[in-house]
Amino acid sequence: MQLAVNIVVLASIYALISCGYVLIYRVSRVLSLAHGELMMLGAYGLYATASLFSGHPLLAIGVSAALALAVGGLVYALLMRRMTGEAVLAAVLATIALGIFLRGAMALVWSAQEQHPLELLGLSNPAVAVGPTARISLVALTLVVVTAAVYVGLFAFLRYTVWGIRMRAAGQNPLLAAQRGIGLHGIYALAWGLATFTGGLAGMLIACDSALDQTMLIIGLKAFPAALVGGLDSLAGAILGALIVAAAEVLLINYVDPLLSDVVPFFVLLAMLVVRPWGLFGTKEELDRV
Amino acid sequence: MSQPRSSGYFRTSYAGDIVLVDTRAQWAGLAVLVAGLAVMPFAASPFLLDLANQVLLASIGAVALMLLTGYAGQISLGHAGLLAAGAFVTGILFKETNAPFWVTLPASAAVGAMLGMAFGLPSLRLRGLYLAVSTLALHFIVIYAGGEYETRRGYSTGVVIDPPRIGDWVLADARTWYFVLLAAAAATVLFSLNLLRSRTGRAWRAIHGREAVAEAMGISVHRAKLSAFVVSSTITSIAGCLFAYYRGFVSAEAFSLFLTIQYVAMVIIGGMGSILGAVLGTVFVVLFPYAIEGTMRSVGLAERLSSIVFAVNYTAFGLVMILFLVFEPQGLVGIWRRVQNWFLLWPFKQKPLRGAK
Repeated sequence: MQLAVNIVVLASIYALISCGYVLIYRVSRVLSLAHGELMMLGAYGLYATASLFSGHPLLAIGVSAALALAVGGLVYALLMRRMTGEAVLAAVLATIALGIFLRGAMALVWSAQEQHPLELLGLSNPAVAVGPTARISLVALTLVVVTAAVYVGLFAFLRYTVWGIRMRAAGQNPLLAAQRGIGLHGIYALAWGLATFTGGLAGMLIACDSALDQTMLIIGLKAFPAALVGGLDSLAGAILGALIVAAAEVLLINYVDPLLSDVVPFFVLLAMLVVRPWGLFGTKEELDRV
Repeated sequence: MSQPRSSGYFRTSYAGDIVLVDTRAQWAGLAVLVAGLAVMPFAASPFLLDLANQVLLASIGAVALMLLTGYAGQISLGHAGLLAAGAFVTGILFKETNAPFWVTLPASAAVGAMLGMAFGLPSLRLRGLYLAVSTLALHFIVIYAGGEYETRRGYSTGVVIDPPRIGDWVLADARTWYFVLLAAAAATVLFSLNLLRSRTGRAWRAIHGREAVAEAMGISVHRAKLSAFVVSSTITSIAGCLFAYYRGFVSAEAFSLFLTIQYVAMVIIGGMGSILGAVLGTVFVVLFPYAIEGTMRSVGLAERLSSIVFAVNYTAFGLVMILFLVFEPQGLVGIWRRVQNWFLLWPFKQKPLRGAK
């Protein structure tokens, strides 16, 4: 039972992070390898706002979430916009370079020590009993709920709102979309904003649940296999991929070797690449396009 | 090889077109370079000598990555994994069987070749991003295997390796290392240049240009891709073996993802598709942190802020990489060529013809 709970929590973490990979890839065909760093930036944003608005946790969370959205848009406007039309490698490398830059900048501003934003917010993190034997921390429970809400929101956004439909159009065929009067730069900036927003949420919640330190970057990178297993351009796939990767990780850590934790997602990734490189729900022709 | 000339210089044979050193001025320049490199260790301080050794060591790996990414066009984010493989094969053989270096070096090369096959097999089906991701996954797996060996055998901090020896002669002195590494780096560069003007090298460039056309011209795309991976990772593993001996120490922590990124940065900053670029990029990337530290010290910040030196390094490194990607995609070689052209065309400032590289 506890194992199942662990799997669900880890899967929601991965799912919440990997929807950022999927959003950016689906809309602009760029793989953002700075996602872990952007996620951490979101967590540090919460840390900063928590010390700024101490006593008003909701205000702090709201402001930091808005900040994450803005940062994502800025990343596109300042950096990735110049990379459109360049080779795939150049765009990916630009995100890697951005990641290194952010990592250094965050260490400069906030130092590399472990931080606990939850204490700053003045909230506590009690364990909640689920069923007869299993327990889950309150923040982890929030994380599962938030992940569900984010996915429902994203599905609704992409399906029913004008901007969501524009975003899908830009992802399917940028040229035709531009011909129909859709401003691609705005759409791409929005995709980056949303991805950073969801990643930032994940970062904040992880930071609240355990702590804010360098391990977050590894979590960010480990969520990437989840996105790829499900199919890089499929949101529904990301959920399933996250479940598969999380289940494999939790079970193998539990029954085989705790040291495996950092490699399991990549084993799953390799297996998937051998069998079905475009992922469970991905579109097959993607492969030739990239 | 073929470079832009002011005028009046025409080649009359194919052999003349692919010759490595073709003018007297180039021979003279090469002679000066060789003399300079030979004299350098006797004039340099120990610190400078160590820097030179680091540059030479890294240049082997960078040239190998340049062959794969810059010429054959296959993206790899697993370079640190291959270095780690070479280093760990050396370390494990040394610890378990007390093998001398003439056993560990070929063994590292062999393991490198096999891993190159493993890294390369996905490339037959995958392109671009997916290939980068699969090599990234292999990187983590190699590092995990190395870390697993360390913990299982109780070398939790790393494997210590004695310097290589032949009889009573021990390779430990920095100056001797300089010449060994210089020879290795020169051999790698020469090997790569020769390979690139051969059938294999031309096939690599062809699949980089466009796979379908290359196939139509009778090039076996599969063989070309696999050979690129195998050659590149064999050289890289040898570099890893040398790295292990030079440091005298192997640890999984040394081969982080950041090391891969540094190698990729060498290739990018140096300039894609140029061996000279790989070497220039290596010099730049290896010396960069020392330059940053030196600058901070001269401003008087280093003493107060010694704890943040690494953070400044990361920030500046990321920034420089971004600047190169955005403003100078041709890299240092692009700048070098522009300077050359400027002098060639002086006092006429027209732009060189398009396509003249």
